[in-house]
Amino acid sequence: MDAKDILGLPKTPLPIPQEKKSRPQKDSQRKPDGISREVYALTGGVAPLMPSIDVSQLKRRPPSDEKITWQWLPFTSSARKDDLQLYHWVRVVNGVPPTGDYSFAKYNKSVDVIRYTDEEYEKYLTDPKWTKEETDQLFDLCERFDLRFIIIADRFPTHRTVEELKDRYYSVSRAILVARAPSPGEVAGHPLVKEPYNVTQETERKRALSMVLSQTKHQERKDAEVLAEAKRIAESRMAARAAEEPDLPVPSDVGPESAEGAVGPGDTISPSNVQAPAAAIAPSTSVIADNASTLASLRMLRVYLRTYALEQMVQAASSSAGLRTIKRVEQTLQDLGVNLKPKVPTKAVCAEHLELRKEILTLLNLQKQLQYKEAEGSSFRDGSYGDMPGTAKRSQRAADQDRTFVPDTISFGGDRVVKREQKRKGPGRTSETPSSPAGAHKRPRKMKASDL
Amino acid sequence: MVDTSLSKKKDPDQPEISLPTLKSQRTKMGKSEDSEKKKIKDVEISVPIVYGNAAFWLGKKASEYQSHKWTVYVRGATNEDLSVVVKRAVFQLHSSFNNPTRVVESAPFELSESGWGEFEIAITLFFHNDVCEKPLNLYHHLKLYPEDESGPMSTKKPVVVESYDEVVFTEPSESFLARVQNHPAVTFPRLPAGVTLPPPVSIEDESKKKRGDTKDHPLSQWFLNFSEADELLQLAAARQQVQAHIAKLRRQISLTDGQNQQFKPL
Repeated sequence: MDAKDILGLPKTPLPIPQEKKSRPQKDSQRKPDGISREVYALTGGVAPLMPSIDVSQLKRRPPSDEKITWQWLPFTSSARKDDLQLYHWVRVVNGVPPTGDYSFAKYNKSVDVIRYTDEEYEKYLTDPKWTKEETDQLFDLCERFDLRFIIIADRFPTHRTVEELKDRYYSVSRAILVARAPSPGEVAGHPLVKEPYNVTQETERKRALSMVLSQTKHQERKDAEVLAEAKRIAESRMAARAAEEPDLPVPSDVGPESAEGAVGPGDTISPSNVQAPAAAIAPSTSVIADNASTLASLRMLRVYLRTYALEQMVQAASSSAGLRTIKRVEQTLQDLGVNLKPKVPTKAVCAEHLELRKEILTLLNLQKQLQYKEAEGSSFRDGSYGDMPGTAKRSQRAADQDRTFVPDTISFGGDRVVKREQKRKGPGRTSETPSSPAGAHKRPRKMKASDL
Repeated sequence: MVDTSLSKKKDPDQPEISLPTLKSQRTKMGKSEDSEKKKIKDVEISVPIVYGNAAFWLGKKASEYQSHKWTVYVRGATNEDLSVVVKRAVFQLHSSFNNPTRVVESAPFELSESGWGEFEIAITLFFHNDVCEKPLNLYHHLKLYPEDESGPMSTKKPVVVESYDEVVFTEPSESFLARVQNHPAVTFPRLPAGVTLPPPVSIEDESKKKRGDTKDHPLSQWFLNFSEADELLQLAAARQQVQAHIAKLRRQISLTDGQNQQFKPL
């Protein structure tokens, strides 16, 4: 209305008495009965999609025929052994107070502690470490404190650990149960008989727990690291062993490396593949796993041609290399005077061929590594990134003198090595290149100090 | 592994040699089926083969559609009889031939035809039951014309293209192993310790067999020689070169690493 005033618009044409009537109607539409306006506004002022409270329930009043009073009355509890009378407020309906026991008496539960007779003690329960007196005291406390051993230990006259007390109590109870039972079969199901208390285990467990709880943050971190490392190694071992399992019923616990060397006729992997440094175990294991799975699939075939097998093995070995690298391997083979596909593919020849290919892959990877490092070196010396390409080429040419049989190696200007090559580690890639492999692909001037 | 002393056959028409009986406590003759099924793990047995073709130009007798007479074949690499392993060979020719599927039931596994065109021939080898149930495919591109196109074509000297390969059988059955134990066509493996073979059961009537080896085959003078020794030497030399280079690179890398250490940016 004010807004309309401000705007100079005509007021609503409704006459005033009609307005008054419409307002209460609107009010009841806007807010539901049963809860106050403020509370309703808390919920957002809008009716909920699914009313959770039935509105009619909200202001239900007790049926008007009942007369309710509250009275301060005495009561007793069956849970008490004395006759103490206490008072509390009681809801009285039509002058009739509620009947029945104190409502909380049902929660007064206690443990059923088995008590032995002196006879039984003499017969079954004697123990060198415990006197009868002590045992009696123990059982009294157990009953009194409902097997709350921490408290019992606290109140026990002589100094005993919680575990000792528990041990004594459980073994005594067990012995009595078994002795009293008409036949052993009947008590066999009783939890005390089924699961005896193991003192040493408990002591050990609690000690370990306290150790863990009292670890410093530093120790925690170290533990986490060691566990993660162990998990990784175990997993990579599992992967290799799982891949080998179908074709290696050899019952050796030795790791994948030496197991590979022991494989029978179907194997074309020579131990030289396995000489990767320990730090690179994960990559070399994945290559071994690759080869192992190829072997397994070959075995499944039942019959195959040697040339086919060689193709598969070559593929498996080059799986981590991009197309360009494979082409360079082939070029290298040609330069060395070796047939791309052996003319006489006997078992020995195929094995040698495969090894040669792998070694060439290693060679190419090392070359790349060296160039990258030389580029790094020249960037340090020059101190300016802008000079990168030229400087790199100079140092590269110097290094090129030795590489007579290998054709045109990487020039930083035009090389676009496929990123794929670097993602999975191929054979021979050692931990000497901790810096991100992705760095090798970019032009040197984009190198950051953080790469080092 | 060929036992050379036994390769001197007593009867040239019977290349299959009767094998010494093995004292096997495990199997009896009646249980030959068991030994057929029983496979030996971690053992592979291979058969070196050569397959290819020889083609003669017909010269004056050549017509437009029959310019060459050629033979496609699969033979043992040392010209031994393959029928110890191969039951039959099926040569699939170009569809322009009559009955392009040619089946050869006995050694020597070859097929002769005349024609003018070069095409791919699919050769399917079927093996005996105790050898392998699955057949194996080979592909050979029929070559009629010599590489050197400018040279004269001769009716006397054929154009020969051969490929060497080895058929590898994994987990061979005991009976197969027993049967081929001393056969020169087969490269017998070293058996794992403790494995003994049952006495061999011959699969066919030996008297009926015709000569299956190709040692005196009419084309044998043109067969190519495949020597693994040459290739091995070549590969060994190449590996040496590569390994030397790798060592050098590794030295260079560690050197450069050392140099780079001094120049680390601030």
